[in-house]
Amino acid sequence: MLSHLPILQVIVPLLAAPACLLLDRARAAWLFACMASLVSVAISGLLVFQVHQFGALSYSLGGWDAPWGIEYRIDLLSAYVLLIVSGIGALMMLAANTAIRTEVPSERQPLFYVLYMLCLAGLLGIVATGDIFNVFVFLEISSLATYALIAQGRDRRALWAAYQYLIVGTIGATFILIGIGFLYSLTGTLNMQDLANRLPALENSATAFTAFAFLMVGVCLKLALFPLHLWLPNAYAYAPSIVTAFLAATATKVAVYLLIRFHFSVFGVGFAASVLPLHSIFLVLGLVGVFVASLVAIQQPNVKRLFAYSSVAQIGYMIIGIGIGSATGLQATLLHLFNHALMKGALFLALAAVVFRFGSADIRHFAGLGQRMPWTMAIIVIGGLSLIGVPGTVGFISKWYLVLAALERDWWPLVIAVLLGSLLAVIYIWRLVEVAYFRKGEDEVCREAPLSLLIPTAILALANIYFGIDTRLPVYLSDSAAQMLFGGGP
Amino acid sequence: MLPELYNYWVVIILMMIGFYIVIVQGNLIKKLIGLNIFQTSVFIFYISVGKVAGGSAPIVAEGVSVYSNPLPHVLILTAIVVGIATMALALALVVRIKNAYGTVEEEELQERDLRC
Repeated sequence: MLSHLPILQVIVPLLAAPACLLLDRARAAWLFACMASLVSVAISGLLVFQVHQFGALSYSLGGWDAPWGIEYRIDLLSAYVLLIVSGIGALMMLAANTAIRTEVPSERQPLFYVLYMLCLAGLLGIVATGDIFNVFVFLEISSLATYALIAQGRDRRALWAAYQYLIVGTIGATFILIGIGFLYSLTGTLNMQDLANRLPALENSATAFTAFAFLMVGVCLKLALFPLHLWLPNAYAYAPSIVTAFLAATATKVAVYLLIRFHFSVFGVGFAASVLPLHSIFLVLGLVGVFVASLVAIQQPNVKRLFAYSSVAQIGYMIIGIGIGSATGLQATLLHLFNHALMKGALFLALAAVVFRFGSADIRHFAGLGQRMPWTMAIIVIGGLSLIGVPGTVGFISKWYLVLAALERDWWPLVIAVLLGSLLAVIYIWRLVEVAYFRKGEDEVCREAPLSLLIPTAILALANIYFGIDTRLPVYLSDSAAQMLFGGGP
Repeated sequence: MLPELYNYWVVIILMMIGFYIVIVQGNLIKKLIGLNIFQTSVFIFYISVGKVAGGSAPIVAEGVSVYSNPLPHVLILTAIVVGIATMALALALVVRIKNAYGTVEEEELQERDLRC
C-alpha cells in the first residue's frame, strides 16, 4: 500500500471526479469530494515523511521500468509542492459547499465538484510525474477543468474571461508540447532524469536551445509572468470566489514548480546561463511585474481584481528569487510558494465570505465592514499584513529570505526595490482597511459570514501567523529542496 | 535541404498562419479555427519526427527490417484527443457567450461590457 502512494496521490481525486458525477446530489458529492481531498492531504503528508526518511521515491507505472515506462518521481521539491496543493485543495473544499450556494445554480453544483476534483487531480499529477509528456497531459486536464470552473461565474464576463484564458492557456500548452517534441527528437527519451543525463552532452545544439525557449515561454504564460499576465485579472475577478481562492493558491504555484523543474532538474543550472541571460530577464520582468501590477492594483474598484493584480506582483517576487540564481534565492522562491498560498488562500476565502453576503466584492460594500463582519475583516487584515511582509506573519519570512539572497550578492538596489514593492502593498491594503473601519456603511444591517465558511478561512489566517513564527517546516523543506536542485544535497 | 525537409516547412508555415489568425481575428469562431490550425501544425511536426526514411509501419512482418518510430505517433494521438476536448469546450463557451451577449465579435463584446 505504502509503495503505491505516488500514484494514489493522483488517482484518488481523479476517480473521485466521476464518483461525484454518479452521486448527482450536491451535498453527497460535496461530502465525497471532501473525503477524497482529505485522503489526498494524508497521502501527501505521508509522502513528505517518506521522502524525508528514505530519499526520493520512484514509482513505475504498470511495472514498466523508468526510461521506457512512465515514472512517477517524488523528491523533496515535489513532495513539498504536493503538500501545498493538496492542503489548500482540501481546505477550500471544506468551504466550497457554503461558498457556491449563492454563486452556482443548484442543478450545476454536483458538476462543480466534478470539475474541482479533476482540476486538483491535474495539478497533483503535474507535480508527481517524472515523465515530461505526462506533464503536458496533466497540464491540459487541470487547464480544461479550470476554464470550465471559471465559466461558472454568475457575471457574463466570466464566460469572456474563460474564453480568453482558454486561448492563451492552449497556446502556452502547445508551446510546451513543441518544446517536448524537440527534446524527444534530440534525445529520444521523455523521462526527466534520463533527459537530465543526456542533455549535457548535447548542450550546444540549436535544438536544445529552441526546446528550452518554447518550454520557458509556455510555462511563463501559464504562471502569468508579467507581461504574459493579461488573462489572469479577469479570470480571477469573475470566477466563483471559491474557484479564485483555489486557483490563486495552487495553479500558479504549480506553474512555478514546473518552471523550476524544467530549468533546474531537466536542463540543469548551467544551461540557461550558457545560452542566454535568462536570470537577468527574470530579474527585470519580476521587478517590473511587482511594480506595474501593484500600481494597477491600487486603482481597482473591485477587491477581487485588486488581489488578482497583487497575485501578479507576488509572482514577480517568486521570479526574482529564481533570477538571483543562488540556492538562497531559490529557497526564497520556494518559501514564497508556500507562504503566498497561505495568504492568498486566506484573503480570497475571506472575499468569498463578502461575496456570499453582498453578491459582489466591490469596494463600496466594504464601507463599515469592520463592524458588520468583524471576523472576516480581521482575517483580511491578517492576510494583508502578511502580504505586506510584517514580522510575525509568513510574508515576512519570504521577504526576509529574498533580501538575504540579494545581500549575499551585494545587490543593494534589489533590496531597496523589494522594500519599495512592499510599500506599494501597504497602499492597497490600507485603502481597504480605511474603507472598512473608518467609513460608515449605507447598506442595511448585515451579519457575519456563516461558520462553515469562516472556520476554513480562520485556519488559513492562523496558519499565516503560526508559520510566521514557527518556520521550521517550510524552511527545512525549501532549504533541502533548493540544495538538492543546486546539486549540493540528497 | 528544402526538398527533403519540406514537411517541416509546412509545419512552420501552418504554425505561423494559425498563430496570426488567433492574434488578428476578432471573431471568436475564426480565432478558434486559427488555434486549431496552430495545434494541427504541431501534430504534423510530431508525425514527421517519428517517420524513418524508408521505414514501414511498426508491425513485425517478414522481410521488413526498418520501422518508423511509433512513440511520437502514440503521443500525438493523446494530444489530438486533448485538442478535440479543448475545441469542444471552447465552442461550448462561444455558444454561451452568444446567448449572454448576442454577438461573437470581440469588439462588440467589449463595447457591451463597457455600456453596463
